[in-house]
Amino acid sequence: MNTHTPGEASMTRTVLVTGVSGHIGARVALALAADPEIDRVIGVDTAPPPSPAGEDGAVLGRTEFVRVALRSPDLVKVIRDADVDTVVHLSLVSGPGGSGRAGGSGGGRPAMKEHNVIGTMQLLAACQRSATVRRVVVRSTTAVYGSSPHAPAVFTEDTEPVEGSHSGFARDATELETYVRGFARRRPDVTTTTLRFATLMGPSVESPLTSYFSQPVLPTVLGFDPRLQFVHEDDAVEVLCRTARADHPGVFNVAGDGVLLLSQCARRTGRPVIPMPSPAFRFVSGLARGARLVDFSPEQLALMSHGRAVDTTRLAAELGWRPKYSTAAAFDDFLRSRGGPGDLPRALVDWLADVVRPIS
Amino acid sequence: MDDFQGRRTDENAGERTADERLAELFAFLRRRVTGEYEVDEFGFDPDLNENVLLEALRPLYRHWFRVEALGLGNVPADTGALIVANHSGTLPVDALMLQVAVHDELNRPLRLLGAHLVYQLPVLGHLARKSGHTLACPEDADRLLRKGEVVGVFPEGFKGIGKPFSERYRLQRFGRGGFVASAIRAGVPIVPCAIVGAEEIYPKIGDIPALARLLGLPYLPITPLFPWLGPLGLLPLPSKWLIEFGEPIRTDEYAPEEADDPMLVFDLTDHVRETVQRRLDALRLRRGPAFSPIVM
Repeated sequence: MNTHTPGEASMTRTVLVTGVSGHIGARVALALAADPEIDRVIGVDTAPPPSPAGEDGAVLGRTEFVRVALRSPDLVKVIRDADVDTVVHLSLVSGPGGSGRAGGSGGGRPAMKEHNVIGTMQLLAACQRSATVRRVVVRSTTAVYGSSPHAPAVFTEDTEPVEGSHSGFARDATELETYVRGFARRRPDVTTTTLRFATLMGPSVESPLTSYFSQPVLPTVLGFDPRLQFVHEDDAVEVLCRTARADHPGVFNVAGDGVLLLSQCARRTGRPVIPMPSPAFRFVSGLARGARLVDFSPEQLALMSHGRAVDTTRLAAELGWRPKYSTAAAFDDFLRSRGGPGDLPRALVDWLADVVRPIS
Repeated sequence: MDDFQGRRTDENAGERTADERLAELFAFLRRRVTGEYEVDEFGFDPDLNENVLLEALRPLYRHWFRVEALGLGNVPADTGALIVANHSGTLPVDALMLQVAVHDELNRPLRLLGAHLVYQLPVLGHLARKSGHTLACPEDADRLLRKGEVVGVFPEGFKGIGKPFSERYRLQRFGRGGFVASAIRAGVPIVPCAIVGAEEIYPKIGDIPALARLLGLPYLPITPLFPWLGPLGLLPLPSKWLIEFGEPIRTDEYAPEEADDPMLVFDLTDHVRETVQRRLDALRLRRGPAFSPIVM
């Protein structure tokens, strides 16, 4: 089955992608499967990919899908039997509801933690046992830095993540990174890459923030205007594929160039903003959560007040590549896919200019 | 001479036709409502800063305090520098005036390093970010200096700005010298800066420490006008101001690693502090009375 030519024995042959039913996971698997240098792509997830009317070939290409939970012993068997040499671990979920992902099948916070943390532990344990795994790429998030008025304005990879100050998703990611560091220490012969992604943005991204920006009015926290940073889904897929194909050891921030203030984002959408005091904002987001409109987690509430920006020079230096979309371009691309920005405010200013000019 | 010409063109700009100014106003409004402007990674919004925030401060700078900026040639024209100034006046009006001075007379944005308190407060923290300032921490200071920005710092902090009127123009302790270490790491010159005039705007003759603690503030001042006159007591007294940029103190002769040598950092910190105190005394003599007809 494996058609290794002797000289290429060390090259990437079989890639395992976890979280393959998620949007990014499916795209990464598809892109890797299209690469002639990769023999096999095996996708695993707890739920099958959302395939349009049964033709899962269209979603995942020649990826072989295996339905398995990360914490089940079957995973060890998959890794062993298939001679997996590269593991791309993407199954970090951001909310108990799974927010748009087929994988996070409800179950609340305990299930989410089980999936994120225990799942990663099991996966890494399997990798540690494996004699074939040469490269591990893990998806993390810039949420590990937290959002606080007491932190530096721009986080580099060396900034110590603040312990204890955050909950849920961010804590899961922090714990996940701890296990990855431990794994990298125990298996120095395996190239380990941790990618801390900024908020994903793009036409097909379904996240609390994209549903927030799709609401007819945008509540904001009075007196706060956080800095936000986005990474376009195309760039996220590209980074994951590049790190899956070649050795890039280390921890890297991944974000589009530049920042947007929340007020700036809101203005670009052309939608009205309702600033409200922090407790009222929390109350409203609680309501929105109940109504299944926007599912903001506690750390996202902090983000909506204090924002976050990261430095990406390390990634650019390592890959010799920069994201194609800046933060602003990624956001504009997302807006275009949702019918473009509302034109009312611009039209209003133009109208006012026309009215005032003849008078003066 | 150059600065003088800079001002002239500025005034000429003020004589543009009403039509042009109106067109500019609408172009500004259009940019603002559509979000088509750039903000840097610290949240600095130059468009808003120049057209709104500084514009609001300029009358105070020009007509109320009649600020004179001296030694403008001592600030590098296009490379990084760390301006170290004395802090006074109960409210940080001196920071705002220094910002106008550096922007209008030197044509460079000033990036101040501010107290944690500022960034905890709603509105204030984000206005500070939009006008180019950030939190006083080594990471942000290093980053701004490496980018070649003019960074400003008030090492006395609350000890300086909140000192009683009786101690005016007496420099307080200069923190832990973190600013010196940042300058050494970046190899940028330290520009000592003396600000005369801010001490008299809200003469702090008393303090209500119990209430300040309750409100989480470093002090709650009593001035001749506050709290007696209510909000009117917030009106700063129209003292005459001088801002002088002193001769730069070079740090590029040290290796960046020497920023970790505490003895060197202490010595340089003391040197900067003495320089500022000396210039402050000279400048105070030069200005004379704070309020022209009255001798203080």
